[in-house]
Amino acid sequence: MAQNCLAANDWICWEYVSSRSQELTDATVQHVWITAVSVLIGLLIAFPLALLARGRKGVAATVLGFTTVLYTVPSLAMFALLLPVFGLSAGLVITGLVLYSLTILVRNILAGLESVPSDALEAARGMGYGRIRLLFEVELPLALPALMAGLRIATVATVALTTIGSLVDHGGLGNLIEQGLPTFFKAQILTASVLCVALAIAADLLLLGVQWLLTPWTRIRTAKAV
Amino acid sequence: MGVFTQAWTWLTTGANWSGDDGAWHRLGEHVYVSALALVVSCLVALPLALWLGHIGKGGALAVNISNVGRAIPVFAVLALFMVTPLRNAGYLPTVIALVLFAVPPLLTNAYVGMREVDRAAVEAARGMGMSGRQLFLRVELPLAYPLIMTGLRSAAVQIIATATIAAMAGLGGLGRIVTEGFAVYNTPQVVAGAMLVAALALLVEGVLVAVDRLFSPLRKRS
Repeated sequence: MAQNCLAANDWICWEYVSSRSQELTDATVQHVWITAVSVLIGLLIAFPLALLARGRKGVAATVLGFTTVLYTVPSLAMFALLLPVFGLSAGLVITGLVLYSLTILVRNILAGLESVPSDALEAARGMGYGRIRLLFEVELPLALPALMAGLRIATVATVALTTIGSLVDHGGLGNLIEQGLPTFFKAQILTASVLCVALAIAADLLLLGVQWLLTPWTRIRTAKAV
Repeated sequence: MGVFTQAWTWLTTGANWSGDDGAWHRLGEHVYVSALALVVSCLVALPLALWLGHIGKGGALAVNISNVGRAIPVFAVLALFMVTPLRNAGYLPTVIALVLFAVPPLLTNAYVGMREVDRAAVEAARGMGMSGRQLFLRVELPLAYPLIMTGLRSAAVQIIATATIAAMAGLGGLGRIVTEGFAVYNTPQVVAGAMLVAALALLVEGVLVAVDRLFSPLRKRS
Protein backbone atom coordinates (compact mmCIF):
# COMPACT_ATOMS: atom_id res chain seq x y z
CA MET A 1 0.00 0.00 0.00
CA ALA A 2 2.68 2.43 1.08
CA GLN A 3 4.85 1.60 -1.96
CA ASN A 4 1.98 2.28 -4.34
CA CYS A 5 2.17 6.05 -4.35
CA LEU A 6 5.72 5.89 -5.76
CA ALA A 7 4.66 3.44 -8.44
CA ALA A 8 1.49 5.41 -9.21
CA ASN A 9 3.52 8.68 -9.41
CA ASP A 10 1.18 10.55 -7.06
CA TRP A 11 1.67 14.24 -6.31
CA ILE A 12 1.80 13.73 -2.56
CA CYS A 13 3.73 10.70 -1.40
CA TRP A 14 4.91 10.15 2.17
CA GLU A 15 6.78 7.07 1.09
CA TYR A 16 8.96 9.38 -1.03
CA VAL A 17 9.54 11.80 1.85
CA SER A 18 10.54 9.04 4.29
CA SER A 19 12.64 6.96 1.91
CA ARG A 20 14.53 9.96 0.49
CA SER A 21 14.74 11.99 3.68
CA GLN A 22 18.56 12.05 3.53
CA GLU A 23 18.51 13.40 -0.03
CA LEU A 24 15.91 16.03 0.92
CA THR A 25 17.91 17.10 3.99
CA ASP A 26 21.14 17.41 1.99
CA ALA A 27 19.42 19.53 -0.67
CA THR A 28 17.80 21.76 1.95
CA VAL A 29 21.10 22.24 3.79
CA GLN A 30 22.85 23.16 0.54
CA HIS A 31 20.02 25.57 -0.31
CA VAL A 32 20.23 27.26 3.09
CA TRP A 33 24.00 27.69 3.14
CA ILE A 34 24.24 28.98 -0.42
CA THR A 35 21.47 31.50 0.31
CA ALA A 36 22.93 32.56 3.67
CA VAL A 37 26.50 32.99 2.37
CA SER A 38 25.26 34.95 -0.67
CA VAL A 39 23.13 37.35 1.35
CA LEU A 40 25.89 37.88 3.95
CA ILE A 41 28.51 38.66 1.31
CA GLY A 42 25.95 40.88 -0.44
CA LEU A 43 25.40 42.79 2.79
CA LEU A 44 29.16 43.15 3.39
CA ILE A 45 29.60 44.64 -0.10
CA ALA A 46 26.40 46.71 -0.17
CA PHE A 47 27.06 48.50 3.12
CA PRO A 48 30.35 50.21 2.14
CA LEU A 49 28.89 50.93 -1.32
CA ALA A 50 25.92 52.70 0.26
CA LEU A 51 28.24 54.66 2.59
CA LEU A 52 30.34 55.68 -0.40
CA ALA A 53 27.30 56.76 -2.39
CA ARG A 54 25.68 58.67 0.46
CA GLY A 55 25.70 62.41 -0.03
CA ARG A 56 27.48 62.10 -3.38
CA LYS A 57 24.93 62.34 -6.17
CA GLY A 58 27.29 61.26 -8.95
CA VAL A 59 28.54 58.17 -7.10
CA ALA A 60 25.00 57.23 -6.06
CA ALA A 61 23.73 57.43 -9.65
CA THR A 62 26.66 55.31 -10.89
CA VAL A 63 26.31 52.64 -8.18
CA LEU A 64 22.51 52.40 -8.48
CA GLY A 65 22.70 52.42 -12.28
CA PHE A 66 25.30 49.65 -12.34
CA THR A 67 23.47 47.39 -9.89
CA THR A 68 20.21 47.92 -11.79
CA VAL A 69 21.89 46.83 -15.04
CA LEU A 70 23.15 43.70 -13.23
CA TYR A 71 19.59 42.96 -12.09
CA THR A 72 18.36 43.19 -15.69
CA VAL A 73 20.54 40.25 -16.79
CA PRO A 74 18.40 37.08 -16.55
CA SER A 75 19.68 34.62 -13.93
CA LEU A 76 20.29 31.78 -16.38
CA ALA A 77 22.47 34.09 -18.50
CA MET A 78 24.28 35.43 -15.43
CA PHE A 79 25.24 31.93 -14.25
CA ALA A 80 26.22 30.91 -17.78
CA LEU A 81 28.42 34.00 -18.23
CA LEU A 82 30.22 33.25 -14.95
CA LEU A 83 30.90 29.66 -16.06
CA PRO A 84 34.26 30.31 -17.79
CA VAL A 85 35.52 32.08 -14.65
CA PHE A 86 34.33 29.70 -11.92
CA GLY A 87 33.61 26.37 -13.60
CA LEU A 88 30.93 24.11 -12.09
CA SER A 89 31.17 25.28 -8.48
CA ALA A 90 29.17 26.74 -5.62
CA GLY A 91 31.28 29.91 -6.04
CA LEU A 92 29.59 30.52 -9.40
CA VAL A 93 26.09 30.38 -7.92
CA ILE A 94 27.08 32.48 -4.90
CA THR A 95 28.72 35.17 -7.06
CA GLY A 96 25.60 35.42 -9.22
CA LEU A 97 23.30 35.63 -6.20
CA VAL A 98 25.51 38.28 -4.53
CA LEU A 99 25.36 40.43 -7.68
CA TYR A 100 21.54 40.20 -7.69
CA SER A 101 21.18 40.98 -3.97
CA LEU A 102 23.27 44.15 -4.35
CA THR A 103 20.51 45.93 -6.30
CA ILE A 104 17.97 45.61 -3.50
CA LEU A 105 20.42 45.99 -0.58
CA VAL A 106 22.27 49.12 -1.77
CA ARG A 107 19.01 50.87 -2.62
CA ASN A 108 17.45 50.13 0.77
CA ILE A 109 20.52 50.90 2.90
CA LEU A 110 20.92 54.21 1.06
CA ALA A 111 17.24 55.05 1.58
CA GLY A 112 17.57 54.15 5.27
CA LEU A 113 20.65 56.30 5.83
CA GLU A 114 19.05 59.23 4.03
CA SER A 115 15.88 58.95 6.10
CA VAL A 116 17.75 59.65 9.37
CA PRO A 117 16.32 62.95 10.70
CA SER A 118 18.82 65.81 10.56
CA ASP A 119 17.85 66.87 14.13
CA ALA A 120 19.12 63.54 15.44
CA LEU A 121 22.39 64.00 13.55
CA GLU A 122 22.86 67.57 14.81
CA ALA A 123 22.05 66.60 18.38
CA ALA A 124 24.60 63.77 18.26
CA ARG A 125 27.24 66.03 16.69
CA GLY A 126 26.54 68.66 19.36
CA MET A 127 27.13 66.01 22.01
CA GLY A 128 30.57 65.46 20.50
CA TYR A 129 29.97 62.20 18.61
CA GLY A 130 32.73 61.34 16.12
CA ARG A 131 31.94 60.06 12.63
CA ILE A 132 32.33 56.36 13.47
CA ARG A 133 30.32 56.59 16.67
CA LEU A 134 27.67 58.66 14.87
CA LEU A 135 27.38 55.97 12.20
CA PHE A 136 27.10 52.99 14.52
CA GLU A 137 25.18 54.51 17.43
CA VAL A 138 22.80 56.93 15.71
CA GLU A 139 22.54 56.48 11.95
CA LEU A 140 22.65 52.68 11.71
CA PRO A 141 19.97 52.04 14.38
CA LEU A 142 17.68 54.65 12.79
CA ALA A 143 18.28 53.21 9.31
CA LEU A 144 17.62 49.67 10.56
CA PRO A 145 13.94 49.36 9.56
CA ALA A 146 14.68 50.26 5.91
CA LEU A 147 17.82 48.08 5.94
CA MET A 148 15.91 45.09 7.33
CA ALA A 149 13.11 45.58 4.81
CA GLY A 150 15.71 45.37 2.04
CA LEU A 151 17.40 42.37 3.65
CA ARG A 152 14.08 40.52 3.84
CA ILE A 153 13.26 41.13 0.17
CA ALA A 154 16.80 40.19 -0.89
CA THR A 155 16.79 36.99 1.18
CA VAL A 156 13.40 35.82 -0.08
CA ALA A 157 14.40 36.54 -3.68
CA THR A 158 17.72 34.72 -3.17
CA VAL A 159 15.99 31.60 -1.81
CA ALA A 160 13.90 31.47 -4.98
CA LEU A 161 16.85 32.20 -7.31
CA THR A 162 19.10 29.55 -5.76
CA THR A 163 17.03 26.91 -7.62
CA ILE A 164 18.51 28.15 -10.92
CA GLY A 165 21.89 27.00 -9.57
CA SER A 166 20.79 23.48 -10.53
CA LEU A 167 22.12 24.43 -13.96
CA VAL A 168 25.59 23.78 -12.50
CA ASP A 169 24.45 21.18 -9.91
CA HIS A 170 24.59 23.62 -7.00
CA GLY A 171 20.96 24.62 -6.74
CA GLY A 172 19.94 23.03 -3.44
CA LEU A 173 16.30 21.99 -3.80
CA GLY A 174 16.45 23.06 -7.45
CA ASN A 175 18.67 20.02 -8.10
CA LEU A 176 15.84 17.72 -6.99
CA ILE A 177 13.39 19.55 -9.26
CA GLU A 178 15.75 19.21 -12.22
CA GLN A 179 16.40 15.52 -11.52
CA GLY A 180 12.67 14.86 -11.26
CA LEU A 181 11.83 16.46 -14.63
CA PRO A 182 13.04 13.82 -17.14
CA THR A 183 11.01 11.08 -15.42
CA PHE A 184 8.01 13.29 -14.56
CA PHE A 185 8.56 12.43 -10.88
CA LYS A 186 5.64 14.42 -9.46
CA ALA A 187 6.24 13.75 -5.76
CA GLN A 188 9.88 14.88 -5.95
CA ILE A 189 9.13 18.07 -7.91
CA LEU A 190 6.20 19.07 -5.69
CA THR A 191 7.98 18.28 -2.41
CA ALA A 192 11.09 20.25 -3.41
CA SER A 193 8.97 23.21 -4.61
CA VAL A 194 6.93 23.30 -1.42
CA LEU A 195 10.09 23.08 0.72
CA CYS A 196 11.59 25.96 -1.27
CA VAL A 197 8.59 28.25 -0.67
CA ALA A 198 8.53 27.15 3.00
CA LEU A 199 12.21 28.11 3.29
CA ALA A 200 11.49 31.56 1.90
CA ILE A 201 8.65 32.10 4.37
CA ALA A 202 10.75 30.80 7.29
CA ALA A 203 13.66 33.10 6.37
CA ASP A 204 11.30 36.08 6.12
CA LEU A 205 9.76 35.37 9.54
CA LEU A 206 13.21 34.82 11.08
CA LEU A 207 14.42 38.22 9.83
CA LEU A 208 11.20 39.84 11.02
CA GLY A 209 11.96 38.41 14.47
CA VAL A 210 15.54 39.70 14.34
CA GLN A 211 14.26 43.15 13.44
CA TRP A 212 11.78 43.01 16.35
CA LEU A 213 14.64 42.19 18.72
CA LEU A 214 16.97 44.84 17.30
CA THR A 215 14.52 47.76 17.40
CA PRO A 216 12.90 47.79 20.84
CA TRP A 217 12.37 51.58 20.70
CA THR A 218 9.86 51.36 17.84
CA ARG A 219 7.53 49.33 20.08
CA ILE A 220 7.72 51.82 22.98
CA ARG A 221 6.79 54.64 20.65
CA THR A 222 3.78 52.87 19.14
CA ALA A 223 2.63 51.71 22.58
CA LYS A 224 2.55 55.31 23.79
CA ALA A 225 0.80 56.52 20.67
CA VAL A 226 -2.03 54.04 21.24
CA MET B 1 39.39 35.22 -22.41
CA GLY B 2 39.68 32.35 -24.90
CA VAL B 3 36.12 31.24 -24.21
CA PHE B 4 34.72 34.64 -25.05
CA THR B 5 36.57 34.67 -28.37
CA GLN B 6 35.16 31.22 -29.12
CA ALA B 7 31.70 32.44 -28.10
CA TRP B 8 32.08 35.28 -30.58
CA THR B 9 33.06 32.76 -33.26
CA TRP B 10 29.90 30.78 -32.38
CA LEU B 11 27.81 33.94 -32.76
CA THR B 12 29.32 34.84 -36.12
CA THR B 13 28.90 31.34 -37.57
CA GLY B 14 25.89 31.43 -39.89
CA ALA B 15 25.03 27.75 -39.35
CA ASN B 16 24.28 28.39 -35.66
CA TRP B 17 21.56 30.84 -36.61
CA SER B 18 19.54 28.70 -39.03
CA GLY B 19 17.16 25.79 -38.55
CA ASP B 20 14.74 24.84 -35.79
CA ASP B 21 17.48 24.87 -33.13
CA GLY B 22 19.07 28.00 -34.59
CA ALA B 23 19.41 31.30 -32.82
CA TRP B 24 16.93 33.12 -35.11
CA HIS B 25 14.18 30.62 -34.34
CA ARG B 26 14.97 30.73 -30.58
CA LEU B 27 15.03 34.53 -30.63
CA GLY B 28 11.69 34.55 -32.45
CA GLU B 29 10.15 32.20 -29.87
CA HIS B 30 11.53 34.31 -27.04
CA VAL B 31 10.23 37.61 -28.42
CA TYR B 32 6.88 36.09 -29.41
CA VAL B 33 6.04 34.57 -26.00
CA SER B 34 7.44 37.62 -24.15
CA ALA B 35 5.42 40.14 -26.15
CA LEU B 36 2.27 38.06 -25.86
CA ALA B 37 2.76 37.67 -22.11
CA LEU B 38 3.46 41.40 -21.60
CA VAL B 39 0.24 42.37 -23.41
CA VAL B 40 -1.84 39.83 -21.44
CA SER B 41 -0.24 40.92 -18.12
CA CYS B 42 -0.98 44.58 -18.84
CA LEU B 43 -4.59 43.76 -19.74
CA VAL B 44 -4.96 41.86 -16.44
CA ALA B 45 -3.01 44.08 -14.06
CA LEU B 46 -3.36 47.69 -15.21
CA PRO B 47 -7.16 48.14 -15.25
CA LEU B 48 -7.39 46.49 -11.81
CA ALA B 49 -4.52 48.49 -10.29
CA LEU B 50 -5.68 51.83 -11.74
CA TRP B 51 -9.23 51.24 -10.56
CA LEU B 52 -8.10 50.19 -7.05
CA GLY B 53 -5.80 53.23 -6.95
CA HIS B 54 -8.59 55.54 -8.09
CA ILE B 55 -11.02 54.39 -5.39
CA GLY B 56 -8.18 53.94 -2.86
CA LYS B 57 -8.95 50.39 -1.77
CA GLY B 58 -7.09 47.08 -1.65
CA GLY B 59 -3.75 48.71 -0.89
CA ALA B 60 -2.22 46.02 1.31
CA LEU B 61 -2.89 43.35 -1.30
CA ALA B 62 -1.60 45.42 -4.23
CA VAL B 63 1.60 46.38 -2.41
CA ASN B 64 2.45 43.00 -0.91
CA ILE B 65 1.72 40.91 -3.97
CA SER B 66 5.02 41.88 -5.63
CA ASN B 67 7.01 40.61 -2.63
CA VAL B 68 5.06 37.35 -2.71
CA GLY B 69 5.94 37.09 -6.41
CA ARG B 70 9.65 37.25 -5.58
CA ALA B 71 9.35 34.36 -3.10
CA ILE B 72 8.02 31.89 -5.69
CA PRO B 73 10.76 30.10 -7.62
CA VAL B 74 10.10 30.47 -11.36
CA PHE B 75 11.86 27.19 -12.10
CA ALA B 76 9.65 25.25 -9.67
CA VAL B 77 6.46 26.64 -11.23
CA LEU B 78 7.60 25.78 -14.75
CA ALA B 79 8.66 22.30 -13.61
CA LEU B 80 5.26 21.73 -12.00
CA PHE B 81 3.56 22.79 -15.27
CA MET B 82 5.72 20.29 -17.14
CA VAL B 83 4.46 17.31 -15.13
CA THR B 84 0.81 18.19 -15.79
CA PRO B 85 -1.04 17.78 -19.11
CA LEU B 86 -0.12 21.44 -19.78
CA ARG B 87 3.23 20.22 -21.17
CA ASN B 88 1.50 19.28 -24.44
CA ALA B 89 0.00 22.74 -24.90
CA GLY B 90 2.88 24.32 -26.87
CA TYR B 91 3.74 27.82 -25.70
CA LEU B 92 0.84 27.96 -23.22
CA PRO B 93 2.71 26.84 -20.03
CA THR B 94 5.47 29.39 -20.72
CA VAL B 95 2.99 32.20 -21.33
CA ILE B 96 1.03 31.37 -18.15
CA ALA B 97 4.22 31.39 -16.06
CA LEU B 98 5.37 34.67 -17.61
CA VAL B 99 2.03 36.35 -16.90
CA LEU B 100 2.06 35.00 -13.35
CA PHE B 101 5.42 36.67 -12.64
CA ALA B 102 4.81 39.90 -14.58
CA VAL B 103 1.48 40.82 -12.98
CA PRO B 104 2.81 41.58 -9.44
CA PRO B 105 5.30 44.37 -10.36
CA LEU B 106 2.75 45.92 -12.75
CA LEU B 107 0.03 45.84 -10.12
CA THR B 108 2.17 47.22 -7.29
CA ASN B 109 3.75 50.06 -9.23
CA ALA B 110 0.53 51.22 -10.91
CA TYR B 111 -1.31 51.17 -7.59
CA VAL B 112 1.45 52.98 -5.67
CA GLY B 113 1.73 55.49 -8.52
CA MET B 114 -1.99 56.26 -8.30
CA ARG B 115 -1.90 56.61 -4.52
CA GLU B 116 1.18 58.80 -4.47
CA VAL B 117 -0.44 61.43 -6.65
CA ASP B 118 -0.28 64.69 -4.69
CA ARG B 119 -3.50 64.83 -2.65
CA ALA B 120 -3.54 68.63 -3.02
CA ALA B 121 -3.72 68.24 -6.81
CA VAL B 122 -6.60 65.78 -6.46
CA GLU B 123 -8.47 68.10 -4.08
CA ALA B 124 -7.90 71.06 -6.37
CA ALA B 125 -9.23 69.10 -9.34
CA ARG B 126 -12.31 68.09 -7.34
CA GLY B 127 -12.77 71.72 -6.27
CA MET B 128 -12.68 72.75 -9.93
CA GLY B 129 -15.65 70.45 -10.44
CA MET B 130 -13.91 67.63 -12.31
CA SER B 131 -15.86 64.39 -12.50
CA GLY B 132 -14.28 61.11 -11.38
CA ARG B 133 -13.52 60.29 -14.99
CA GLN B 134 -11.88 63.65 -15.71
CA LEU B 135 -9.92 63.46 -12.47
CA PHE B 136 -8.65 60.02 -13.47
CA LEU B 137 -7.73 60.89 -17.05
CA ARG B 138 -6.35 64.42 -16.59
CA VAL B 139 -4.79 64.40 -13.13
CA GLU B 140 -4.18 60.96 -11.65
CA LEU B 141 -3.08 59.08 -14.77
CA PRO B 142 -0.50 61.68 -15.97
CA LEU B 143 0.94 62.03 -12.48
CA ALA B 144 1.08 58.25 -11.92
CA TYR B 145 2.71 57.70 -15.34
CA PRO B 146 6.37 57.51 -14.18
CA LEU B 147 5.68 54.71 -11.69
CA ILE B 148 3.42 52.85 -14.12
CA MET B 149 6.29 52.86 -16.61
CA THR B 150 8.71 51.66 -13.92
CA GLY B 151 6.35 48.75 -13.31
CA LEU B 152 6.17 48.04 -17.04
CA ARG B 153 9.97 47.94 -17.22
CA SER B 154 10.35 45.54 -14.29
CA ALA B 155 7.59 43.37 -15.75
CA ALA B 156 9.34 43.26 -19.12
CA VAL B 157 12.68 42.36 -17.50
CA GLN B 158 10.97 39.71 -15.38
CA ILE B 159 9.27 38.25 -18.45
CA ILE B 160 12.50 37.95 -20.43
CA ALA B 161 14.24 36.31 -17.45
CA THR B 162 11.36 33.86 -16.94
CA ALA B 163 11.24 33.01 -20.66
CA THR B 164 14.93 32.09 -20.36
CA ILE B 165 14.32 29.74 -17.44
CA ALA B 166 11.61 28.01 -19.51
CA ALA B 167 14.50 26.29 -21.30
CA MET B 168 15.53 24.55 -18.06
CA ALA B 169 12.10 22.90 -18.04
CA GLY B 170 12.56 21.81 -21.65
CA LEU B 171 10.56 24.62 -23.28
CA GLY B 172 11.71 26.91 -26.11
CA GLY B 173 13.31 30.35 -26.18
CA LEU B 174 16.88 31.66 -26.14
CA GLY B 175 17.67 29.79 -22.91
CA ARG B 176 17.70 26.60 -24.98
CA ILE B 177 21.00 27.63 -26.56
CA VAL B 178 22.46 27.77 -23.03
CA THR B 179 20.98 24.51 -21.75
CA GLU B 180 21.83 22.63 -24.97
CA GLY B 181 25.38 23.94 -24.66
CA PHE B 182 25.53 22.60 -21.10
CA ALA B 183 24.23 19.20 -22.22
CA VAL B 184 27.14 18.73 -24.66
CA TYR B 185 29.79 20.51 -22.52
CA ASN B 186 30.12 23.24 -25.16
CA THR B 187 31.11 26.22 -23.03
CA PRO B 188 31.47 28.68 -25.97
CA GLN B 189 27.86 27.94 -26.94
CA VAL B 190 26.71 28.43 -23.31
CA VAL B 191 28.43 31.81 -23.16
CA ALA B 192 27.18 32.83 -26.61
CA GLY B 193 23.58 32.00 -25.61
CA ALA B 194 23.98 33.92 -22.35
CA MET B 195 25.33 36.93 -24.25
CA LEU B 196 22.28 36.86 -26.54
CA VAL B 197 19.88 36.69 -23.58
CA ALA B 198 21.65 39.47 -21.69
CA ALA B 199 21.77 41.65 -24.81
CA LEU B 200 18.04 41.14 -25.40
CA ALA B 201 17.18 42.02 -21.78
CA LEU B 202 19.35 45.15 -21.79
CA LEU B 203 18.05 46.19 -25.22
CA VAL B 204 14.41 45.91 -24.12
CA GLU B 205 15.17 47.84 -20.92
CA GLY B 206 16.93 50.55 -22.95
CA VAL B 207 14.09 50.82 -25.48
CA LEU B 208 11.53 51.13 -22.66
CA VAL B 209 13.58 53.87 -20.95
CA ALA B 210 13.66 55.77 -24.26
CA VAL B 211 9.92 55.27 -24.81
CA ASP B 212 9.31 56.47 -21.26
CA ARG B 213 11.29 59.69 -21.83
CA LEU B 214 9.64 60.31 -25.21
CA PHE B 215 6.04 59.95 -24.09
CA SER B 216 6.19 61.24 -20.53
CA PRO B 217 3.30 63.66 -20.00
CA LEU B 218 5.46 65.73 -17.61
CA ARG B 219 8.36 65.98 -20.06
CA LYS B 220 7.75 69.62 -21.02
CA ARG B 221 7.68 70.85 -17.45
CA SER B 222 10.94 69.20 -16.41
